[in-house]
Amino acid sequence: MLRLITFLALFFAGVHAHALSDSEAKSIAIGDGDARIEALRASVSSADDKTVQFIQALSDDAVKVVAGKPLIVKDDKGIDPVTGATQALPDTAEEVMNNNRMRGELDAALAGFKLMSPDADVRRAAVKTLQGDVDESKLPLLDKAFAQEIDPDIKDMLGMLRAAAMLSSTDQGKRLAAAALLASSSQAATKTLLIERLQIEADTAVKSALQLSLGKVESRLAWGDRIGAIFSGISLGSILLLVALGLAITYGLMGVINMAHGELMMIGAYATYVVQGVFQKYFPGAFDWYLLASVPVAFMASALVGAALERSVIRFLYGRPLETLLATWGISLMLMQLVRTLFGAQNVGVENPSWMSGGVQLMGNLSLPYNRLVIVGFAFAVLAGVWFLIEKTRLGLFVRGVTQNRPIASCMGVNTARIDTYAFALGSGIAGLAGCALSQVGNVGPDLGQGYIVDSFMVVVLGGVGQLAGAVYAALGLGILNKFLEGWTGAVLAKIAVLVFIIIFIQKRPQGIFAMKGRSAEA
Amino acid sequence: MQRRGHLKAIAAAAAIAAGTLTFTTQALAADTIKVGILHSLSGTMAISETVLKDTVLMAIDEINAKGGVLGKKLEPVVVDPASNWPLFAEKTKQLLTQDKVAVIFGCWTSVSRKSVLPVVEELNGLLFYPVQYEGEELSKNVFYTGAAPNQQAIPAVDYLMSKEGGGAKRWVLLGTDYVYPRTTNKILRAYLKSKGVKDTDIDEKYTPFGHSDYQTIVADVKKFSAGGKTAVVSTINGDSNVPFYKELGNAGLKAKDVPVVAFSVGEEELRGVDTKPLVGHLAAWNYFMSIKNPENTAFIKKWSDYAKAKKLPGADKPLTNDPMEATYIGINMWKQAVEKAKSTDVDKVIAAMAGQTFKAPSGIVSKMDEKNHHLHKSVFIGEVKADGQFNVVWKTPGPVKAKPWSPYIEGNASKPDEPAKK
Repeated sequence: MLRLITFLALFFAGVHAHALSDSEAKSIAIGDGDARIEALRASVSSADDKTVQFIQALSDDAVKVVAGKPLIVKDDKGIDPVTGATQALPDTAEEVMNNNRMRGELDAALAGFKLMSPDADVRRAAVKTLQGDVDESKLPLLDKAFAQEIDPDIKDMLGMLRAAAMLSSTDQGKRLAAAALLASSSQAATKTLLIERLQIEADTAVKSALQLSLGKVESRLAWGDRIGAIFSGISLGSILLLVALGLAITYGLMGVINMAHGELMMIGAYATYVVQGVFQKYFPGAFDWYLLASVPVAFMASALVGAALERSVIRFLYGRPLETLLATWGISLMLMQLVRTLFGAQNVGVENPSWMSGGVQLMGNLSLPYNRLVIVGFAFAVLAGVWFLIEKTRLGLFVRGVTQNRPIASCMGVNTARIDTYAFALGSGIAGLAGCALSQVGNVGPDLGQGYIVDSFMVVVLGGVGQLAGAVYAALGLGILNKFLEGWTGAVLAKIAVLVFIIIFIQKRPQGIFAMKGRSAEA
Repeated sequence: MQRRGHLKAIAAAAAIAAGTLTFTTQALAADTIKVGILHSLSGTMAISETVLKDTVLMAIDEINAKGGVLGKKLEPVVVDPASNWPLFAEKTKQLLTQDKVAVIFGCWTSVSRKSVLPVVEELNGLLFYPVQYEGEELSKNVFYTGAAPNQQAIPAVDYLMSKEGGGAKRWVLLGTDYVYPRTTNKILRAYLKSKGVKDTDIDEKYTPFGHSDYQTIVADVKKFSAGGKTAVVSTINGDSNVPFYKELGNAGLKAKDVPVVAFSVGEEELRGVDTKPLVGHLAAWNYFMSIKNPENTAFIKKWSDYAKAKKLPGADKPLTNDPMEATYIGINMWKQAVEKAKSTDVDKVIAAMAGQTFKAPSGIVSKMDEKNHHLHKSVFIGEVKADGQFNVVWKTPGPVKAKPWSPYIEGNASKPDEPAKK
């Protein structure tokens, strides 16, 4: 930022040194929208570094008005935008209000300055800001930036911007050239621009060129939409997988109908919230990494609660599914009320760490949010961990042995009661991990688990009780199916359609996608 | 034996936990006036309704400290209908027949109000309903202190269509699937059409209660907005708003490109949200905590002190919002009406309510309409700030009279602007 400002200072000092004046600052900051925007536009053409600073401060909402005079606020002090003198801010200082329109204009003005920045990233960001927001008045500026630009990538983008600006030119030839140029764009903003121009265009030649370009842009955008739909399906599927994995162990392997599964997730989410609070208080510098620390904490918290449940209630009810159902349902109510008493009925805020905000831009209209990507990765990492634990370790062998044939396992010297506790704690811990992930996309409140309990049973039953692979296929399949139906019929009907599908499927194939093979003692 | 013991213990614990928490204070003496409070203290709506219960209790404390009403102290009777719509009707019946309350303050969702309505009408009770709603109702036994559609939805759309609001040409009407969003969107669609917006430029979408995956919806909004300047009108209710706004932020839909105006999102609902990516999105209400005037300063201080004294959840950051203000106006107007009627008799109080005025925290002198049981209200449009408060960017020049029967729904033109007399 500092580099930019010094650069701009040098740049403008060389061209037209017209300093920001008192009256100019006043008319940009105070008055009704139209007048302010006019003043802003006028000041841009003859800006110096003070103007840039002032506009930046306005855009950051850091300008207050004291006695009819705008002051830049910094560290609780008011700085005169023209002279740079500091003065104390009285309590009566009024904030300058910017609405969306004003904010758009401020950003566009700033982006205009930044087009000349020596830093390629700043220039790239500036071009992106200007997309969909250009008219012919910006053409001279864009021309200059285009002539100076050395980075081929940014030059291309600038070329598009110029074409967009030329689209509203009065010269028919220029419009024709612009229309042809825009055909190679993959920006949604270009589509908007072309549609708007089509409505007012009178010249038939230009009109057909516009139509042609619009078709090309639209077909390119359609691909982005399709890939986006598949990605959101995978993302929903990965969440379903996370919430169902724990249940695949406690219900699928152990046969406990655990209605408190959702509440174990909620405990994981609250553990994340508590870790966030600890980081805010004791390690504010490392706040961005609180989520990593909360993963083991969430696992342990839910696993401990799960172990306690198993020891105190569930182990007395093995083999009595109906009573287990009632007991765990009661426990779920108690856990919810406990959390309500401890943390209040209101939802608590869990912030996304900054590295999980935003997304990676793959195509003009397709950006994959980081938090979704992280969750997809996390889900598969947890899956890999569970698979390893169940299939490759001694504990896993015992769990499988006990669930398949308890008396024989016991005869072999396996402490079945302890294995039950471990397995249940593992399933609960995974629910805690799911809660940790859910805190990043949804609400964290006492009712968090209620929304997912049906989904998780759905996945496990559909996949085939007792099968991890089944849960994976079922989760991803349901996720993608749901998202495609949603795009087609809307969210309400999609949910119904998915439930109907599952009912029919279970009717035809009660054992789920994958049936348990081999000889199971209880089957 | 052991098994039965266990089950019993669990069942008992569950019953306590699930909590039909009815802490009805027994009548201490006959010289009190009982006031019923009918807000969900558990279940999905607890998030929004719990503070309204506390607002009524605060107002009752305040009135009692000044000597009560007609020389009698007010005595609150709190019941918990637990976000369970039929239970609202049962609890109302209990309040009116067993506890014999003089007035009930309660309900949030339109579903719950519709459930209570036949009971208060049959037993000739009195209900004060403090939340913005879809109109299409006018009962002699209900006073509506929240906004009707023309006091919230229509001004908001007008603002978005104006140059200052961004000049929106295309509209996404997005809501939770139940009576309030459906009716509001029906009104808005008719209104937009009357302003020359084509059907192809309106996209109406609904999600189930508690929906939490807004990826497809946001992607669709993005796609739709490529066709021209788009605004989203959100009637999403409850905690689905959090995932919706998170998704908006992640998808990079900025308020200056596609502004979202919400009718059910206030200060309290934003508590659980990281508001930084939401700066500039809008809400339309008749009150914002950020409004500056002496009444509001006093109101906020009263609430903060009360929340701290009672150690309410969230007391470290006390927030006030529109339904709280509407509740507060409601109970104060009821008090004035009782004093004017010199009786708590329902019919006399209803007559005395007409034309009551109260200096509202929103900065106007709020007036109960002489006929239609609705308040005259100013409309404010606020933009979300980074700290979760709202910047008021637009307001109506003065109070607006409510039109419960929206002229944009067919057949409403002939309906009278007052409740039918029995």
